[in-house]
Amino acid sequence: MGRYVLRRLLQLIPVFLGTTFLIYALVWAIPQDPFAGKCGQRPCDPNYIAEMSQKLNLNDPLLVQYFKYLGNLITGDFGTTFNGVSVGEQISTSWPITLKMGLIALVIEAIIGITAGILTGLRKQGFLDNLVLVSTLFLISLPVFVTGFVLRLYLGPQGFDIMDTSVSSDPTIGELILPGFVLGSLSMAYVARLTRTSIVENRRADYVRTAIAKGQPQTRVVGIHLLRNSLIPVITFLGTDLGSLMGGAIVTEGVFNINGIGGLIFRGIQEKEGIMVTGIVTLLVLVYLLASLLVDLLYAVLDPRIRYE
Amino acid sequence: MSDPGSVSGGSGLEAAAAAGVDQLSHVDDSSQKQRKPRSLWSDAWGELRTKPTFIISLVIIAVIVLMAIWPTLFTSVDPRHADLDKSLQPPSGDAWFGYDLQGYDVYARAMHGARASLLVGIFATLLTVLIGSTVGIIAGYAKTWLDSLLSRFADIFAGIPFVLGAIVILTTLNAPSENPGVVRIVTQVVLSIAVLSWPVAMRIMRSATLVAKQQDYVKAARGLGASPLRIVFRHLLPNTVAPVLVYATIALGAFIGAEATLAFLGIGLRPPVVSWGVMISESRDYFQSAPHMLLFPAGFVTVTVLAFVMLGDAVRDALDPKSR
Repeated sequence: MGRYVLRRLLQLIPVFLGTTFLIYALVWAIPQDPFAGKCGQRPCDPNYIAEMSQKLNLNDPLLVQYFKYLGNLITGDFGTTFNGVSVGEQISTSWPITLKMGLIALVIEAIIGITAGILTGLRKQGFLDNLVLVSTLFLISLPVFVTGFVLRLYLGPQGFDIMDTSVSSDPTIGELILPGFVLGSLSMAYVARLTRTSIVENRRADYVRTAIAKGQPQTRVVGIHLLRNSLIPVITFLGTDLGSLMGGAIVTEGVFNINGIGGLIFRGIQEKEGIMVTGIVTLLVLVYLLASLLVDLLYAVLDPRIRYE
Repeated sequence: MSDPGSVSGGSGLEAAAAAGVDQLSHVDDSSQKQRKPRSLWSDAWGELRTKPTFIISLVIIAVIVLMAIWPTLFTSVDPRHADLDKSLQPPSGDAWFGYDLQGYDVYARAMHGARASLLVGIFATLLTVLIGSTVGIIAGYAKTWLDSLLSRFADIFAGIPFVLGAIVILTTLNAPSENPGVVRIVTQVVLSIAVLSWPVAMRIMRSATLVAKQQDYVKAARGLGASPLRIVFRHLLPNTVAPVLVYATIALGAFIGAEATLAFLGIGLRPPVVSWGVMISESRDYFQSAPHMLLFPAGFVTVTVLAFVMLGDAVRDALDPKSR
């Protein structure tokens, strides 16, 4: 097991370097004056330019720049923006909000998706089955921001006034439930469908028949024998989904005016703060890669047939 | 549908068309030789013809395509004629979908918007499938080191979250304040969708190729001295194209949703282009006072995506005999 984890970690390194370098090159290598418009109406002071170029290593070749940046990252230094604000501090205030929202979305999609999938998978071709199929199809077709706008419009004070849809600058978990639901709504549909297909496939497997023949109660057959095997593809999906949820949070944050990573990265791009953009994207890529590693390790727990050497 | 990368799945219009051709040539055969085994495609076509979801989605897609080609069939109102007196007026007998902020007729704009949205979807899908399946089939067929190199290369692109990657690409190519021309921005949106989505098509193609490569007919062809090119095009491709086509159909719907998402963020298509995404992004600040501005174009996006996803689902089920 230890050797397997090590090997997987080593495999992550080239992918991590490639992805972050790609973003770094996109942000910094485009031939534009990075100081354009940074000092108001007048051109920048040469001393300032020299100092910032020194700080951002702008005079080095791109590859050297990139590795110097990475070296700083490893020591926890995200660098400072052009007007001297620490990127690390900015990220540390908005990162927890997005992470919280992403995790809430993940929990909501897992609970609702898997429950719907199990109920329909066990009873194929019923009314419930059709209802879930149609509603998941509908959810898949609905762009996330439309779901967000519509829910905000009709649940909020202007609509049926069911709940307060506004989100404060330091949101509580309760405030983030609706945005989290919106964020996870698309994946929820995939989870439901994946669980259903997987359960339908495994329901006729020999080990399920054996368990029933042994006289195991229905709950144990479904809960232990059937679910443990059927949930493997679902777990894979959920694991890789955390990364895309955090990335997709930009849209949801825009709809609900949440003060998270999305707003930060958007401002960073508008104000051409390349160092902000690269910092956040690097973090998100890291989350994505670690989540997929975690998924691989969870396999061994779920499926007794898989053993890592 | 903010992340088309998470789409997985099943076959397309081309598949249906190909199956249709297959079926025509097959009808004559079956009357004479009853025992001739039916091909995968004609089998699937026979299954599809009776499926209501398949017929419904084909009809919807046909209407949308007609709308994209001749929008004037559906409306005689000029989508670029603004009348500020009518700003934000709700739906009425004159304008079924009401007017937007500038006093444009929302119905006329929705009809004319189909073209840009559909074009982005089609070109992005073509490019994604082309890049993805070329790399996928090379990776699946080639020796191990090239396979792992290409796979890692695809992993690099798969690691970038879709929305984030598109924002970085599109804002690097256009400064936030400038307004690029129509052709340029459409090309950029198509390219950025394709660049961020091709790993999915590549993985599907690669695993299909890995399975097909082990078949006896491929080994026989290689034994007879067929060149790699011939094996790939004559033997592998016809047997690996089905899953990719299913993915393409569903992805086409997803990309139309992605176009809307990018336009909503203000980095995709933008005025004077008329597209559903542009209409939705224009409604952004007014949807509470004039929800019709948002709901109608959003409805068109949803129905179109729904049609393609339904089509893909139906074709996948038809191509997979196990699911029956």
